[in-house]
Amino acid sequence: MLTTEALVKELVEKNGKTRNSLMPVLQGIVQKEHYLSEEALLSVARELDLSAADVYGTASFYTFLDTVPRGKNIIRVCKTITCHMKGKDEVIKVLSNALKVKVGETTHDKKFTLLTANCLGWCHKGPVMLVNDEIYPDLTPQKALEIIEEYAKEEKKA
Amino acid sequence: MSKYLVNLKINNMPIAVEEGTTILEAAKKLNFRVPTLCNHPDLTVAGNCRVCVVEVKGARLLAAACATPVSEGMEVFTNSEKVRVSRKHIVELLLSEHNADCTKCFKNGHCELQDLASEYRIGDHVFLDLVKPESKIQDISSPSIVKDDSKCIRCQRCVRTCTELQGVSALAVINKGDHQKISTFLNKPLHEVVCTNCGQCINRCPTGALTERNYIEEVWNAIYNPSKFVVVQTAPATRIALGEDLGIQVGERVTGKMVAALKKLGFNKVLDTDFTADLTIMEEGTELLTRLKRALVDKDETVVLPMMTSCSPGWIKFQEHMYPELLDNLSTCKSPQQMFGAVAKTYYADKINIKAQDMIVVSIMPCVAKKFECERPEMRDSGYQDVDYVLTTRELAMMIKQAGIDFDKLEDEHYDSILGESTGAAVIFGATGGVMEAALRTAYEIVTGREVPFTNLNIKPVRGMEGIKEASIKIKNVKPEWSFLEGVELNVAIAHGLANARALMEKVKKGEAAYHFIEIMGCPGGCLGGGGQPIPTSPEIRKKRAEAIYSEDAEMTIRKSHENPEVAEIYSEFLGEPLGHKSHDLLHTHYKPRKRY
Amino acid sequence: MENNLKKVDIIFEIDDKCTPLDVVVKTLKRPADEIILDLIDSGLKGRGGAGFPTGLKWKFARNEDSDVKYVICNADEGEPGTFKDREILDRVPEKIFTGMAICGYVVGAKEGYIYLRGEYNFLLKPLTKKLEEYNLFLKKNNIDFNIYLKSGSGAYVCGEESALFESMEGKRGEPRNKPPYPTVAGYNSKPTVINNVETLVYTTMICRIGPEKFRELGTKDSRGSKVFSVSGDTPVPGIYELELGMPLHEFVNEFGDGDVKAVQVGGASGHCVPRKKFNDTIIGFEGIPTGGSMMIFNSSRSMYNVLHDYLEFFAEESCGQCTPCRVGCQQLLKGIEAVKKGERSPAYLDDLKKLTGTMKIAAKCGLGQSVGNPFNSIIDNFREEIIY
Repeated sequence: MLTTEALVKELVEKNGKTRNSLMPVLQGIVQKEHYLSEEALLSVARELDLSAADVYGTASFYTFLDTVPRGKNIIRVCKTITCHMKGKDEVIKVLSNALKVKVGETTHDKKFTLLTANCLGWCHKGPVMLVNDEIYPDLTPQKALEIIEEYAKEEKKA
Repeated sequence: MSKYLVNLKINNMPIAVEEGTTILEAAKKLNFRVPTLCNHPDLTVAGNCRVCVVEVKGARLLAAACATPVSEGMEVFTNSEKVRVSRKHIVELLLSEHNADCTKCFKNGHCELQDLASEYRIGDHVFLDLVKPESKIQDISSPSIVKDDSKCIRCQRCVRTCTELQGVSALAVINKGDHQKISTFLNKPLHEVVCTNCGQCINRCPTGALTERNYIEEVWNAIYNPSKFVVVQTAPATRIALGEDLGIQVGERVTGKMVAALKKLGFNKVLDTDFTADLTIMEEGTELLTRLKRALVDKDETVVLPMMTSCSPGWIKFQEHMYPELLDNLSTCKSPQQMFGAVAKTYYADKINIKAQDMIVVSIMPCVAKKFECERPEMRDSGYQDVDYVLTTRELAMMIKQAGIDFDKLEDEHYDSILGESTGAAVIFGATGGVMEAALRTAYEIVTGREVPFTNLNIKPVRGMEGIKEASIKIKNVKPEWSFLEGVELNVAIAHGLANARALMEKVKKGEAAYHFIEIMGCPGGCLGGGGQPIPTSPEIRKKRAEAIYSEDAEMTIRKSHENPEVAEIYSEFLGEPLGHKSHDLLHTHYKPRKRY
Repeated sequence: MENNLKKVDIIFEIDDKCTPLDVVVKTLKRPADEIILDLIDSGLKGRGGAGFPTGLKWKFARNEDSDVKYVICNADEGEPGTFKDREILDRVPEKIFTGMAICGYVVGAKEGYIYLRGEYNFLLKPLTKKLEEYNLFLKKNNIDFNIYLKSGSGAYVCGEESALFESMEGKRGEPRNKPPYPTVAGYNSKPTVINNVETLVYTTMICRIGPEKFRELGTKDSRGSKVFSVSGDTPVPGIYELELGMPLHEFVNEFGDGDVKAVQVGGASGHCVPRKKFNDTIIGFEGIPTGGSMMIFNSSRSMYNVLHDYLEFFAEESCGQCTPCRVGCQQLLKGIEAVKKGERSPAYLDDLKKLTGTMKIAAKCGLGQSVGNPFNSIIDNFREEIIY
């Protein structure tokens, strides 16, 4: 696996050494490392010749550019009204119980982080959740559990 | 190219203004003041506080006067019912997220939000109090700056100051929505990040969210401690600005009144940093000539040029963070404040028969970075902390008020001697280009035996408010011992404000500039625009302060540092010669690289 | 009950005899001014919600003198209750690309960007592949236009066009002061046309079927059709393309579950229409305009919860830079909580309504300006549900 610094260099190389590349570079880091560590942020600041505070300020604007450690699999359950009406609370409850974490927390083994999200754009098929970039519509608590179990199995294999 | 004139009406009064003028500027021309908070004459337009909203006939939305250019036929109302209701709402909203405990605030009476609240007679709070308890925990990690998020109204002036004017970006806007705030890299305390302590953010903060760390009580305690001998030094730029905080108009010099006030406050001796400014010129000028000699005669490849001034502690810390590879370019001279402290607790203490441990050295500075500087571990060459407390010009004004001194009525008094004598060269340290001018006045004369070839010693090319200034002086007919400088074109550059400094450093790094000597001042306009100077600040105010400085210089009998008799005395009695052994121990220092975040 | 609701099939219609690729090649042979005239004639207004006439927007950009111009597809669909752009991106992306290429030709832009919201990252892979093919096709046909994909990272406000430019420039997605408008200074401060996904598809289709056919649909103020995202208490949630200008009661008859209490038209930032007003509410620019979100609530739903949910959303998703929006949203949210708990009197709701009046005219962008829509329409129609 690439070191953070090498990853940043590679992303900057690919996207270009300009401010306009900041988003794709940060997105690329999150893709690989699940969040933006201090080292990653500093490395980006150095490579793009930006102030570290500016990079952090920009990243912190975006919900998906986390600057606190996250698990390998990030679960985002949509909390907007239509998903709310269709039972997102129950989905969150079973996930929270199964993973033994509250919303906003990461499991001890760093495999899962449970979050909520604003409208994910699947209001006709709520409740819905994202696991990393994968979307899971028409959830029931049971279905949500099965999906997470699948991820857990994959983790064990790996 | 002349611009088109645009015709419009403001509050039914017709006016024609140049295309591109904002509604705010046009209204001002008609003597209508539209209130502002996020707007500042030194900064780019933000348009985010919305306090300046005005009604434009036919428009669905109110327009932010600061951010909206005029257009032909526009009809603007700055105080219509819609405007009044909205503006009051906006002030109320700001107050609802602001810790409005005004009587306990350091900025009480000097707060733009408080002024607006008073103007709009905001009574009972309509809205809910949104101040987050955790925001009330102040960041007091920096010896210079206190950050209090509970007072912050997110106008972002500080962020723009730190970024646009200073090129530092220690501060940034973070998060969004209800979590948005002004913070540092990963919310680290100010003393851990690239903050240079320049304090320019303080000068532009409309509320008490950013203030200087104040040491007023400590100084009162020292003054009233009978076992302490308290001496005070005053920086060049204080005397041309102190009056602004004491009811005197901008640009009026108050040197004599300031000395009188300091004596009334109870300081045992009132001395002048100008004295060590002259001393700095002797040391720094000699250092420059030595470096030039080593480079030109000895062909010593280890000698580093251009040499850069080291008087401005904000600039020094900037360099330590941003350009550690250029630290050897910095003159090793301590700043005048620190030279003063070192000399006061050795040479001067001996002379007046006071033990150094019983002496307290207080500085009155136009600067908040000086508070950090005096606490640097390198600044203890007297065996004690050389300078004990640094007060800003503003803090001194507060002490004068607290003591009930009627400043305006004071008769002029003179500095005490010794360490109170100064020259015009020292006074102009307070303006951008001043150190350069002072150094040239002395160095040129040392080398050629003649005065600098400028009318009345006024080296006009290094003066003025241009961000980066360049000048060249041809050295001709030198004294025999300086023959290596015959015909040399001495190239100098001057920058003020750290964004300009950065631009200049990039040129130096790329080898695009063949300078011998560079003067940098961390603050816009130099010390006269320092982070410890009276608030508000603007290009006009700084221009008037600069005029005051140069007129003070013009009126001085002695205008060259090497002619200061007390300077001659300290060399003959104590220091020996510039760059000599004792100077090296007391007046010179070193720098360290710092992290860049 | 009789129902005149007219379902339309323009957006998703697939005609193998005239593909989007055929449309672009054919259209680019026509004079640009003629295309603009067609768009103006068609009466097409932006489908993102704001409703600016598309033809005019293109014309403004065309008239700007600049070597570099951009065409941007706003695929930052984030309005709660809206999901039509995702379906369009998934099912007929070539129609979007074609709209962009035609726009590029008309205004004189060589680069197009699709700004896709981060929540739709699963579309990145298929879209990238289709884009590569499409760009190759353009190249083979000597059409000097290339489309790139940019991705957001979870920020509703980036759907505001100037915030979207900021985000593309690697900054916080904070809306800019206007003027200048995007057609003068948009992405990289260059003249930029930014259109919603659906709008771009309609431009493609107008170029294909002609403005007349489009004009025949809808009403005087709301020409054509529109894709609606139907969700909430409905037996048939999903995407429907309907003629504009329909009365809301017809919509409810078609999609409601028989017990409809209210419809939130236009997403969280739209208006809540109670049952008693279904008959005289027109969906269109003359009545209630919408970006397409139609959320249906039946009598079992608490309108306090609905409003609370919306306000929480705005308090979180406000960019935070301007006072009316940043503080206003929090005050509205905390305000209804305080009234609910009895910490403030019901009359405080009227103070808050006045505050939304200020937000509407003094906030910097559409986000803060529109929070009053759901607030006032829910308070006015369901006041007792908020209080008790």
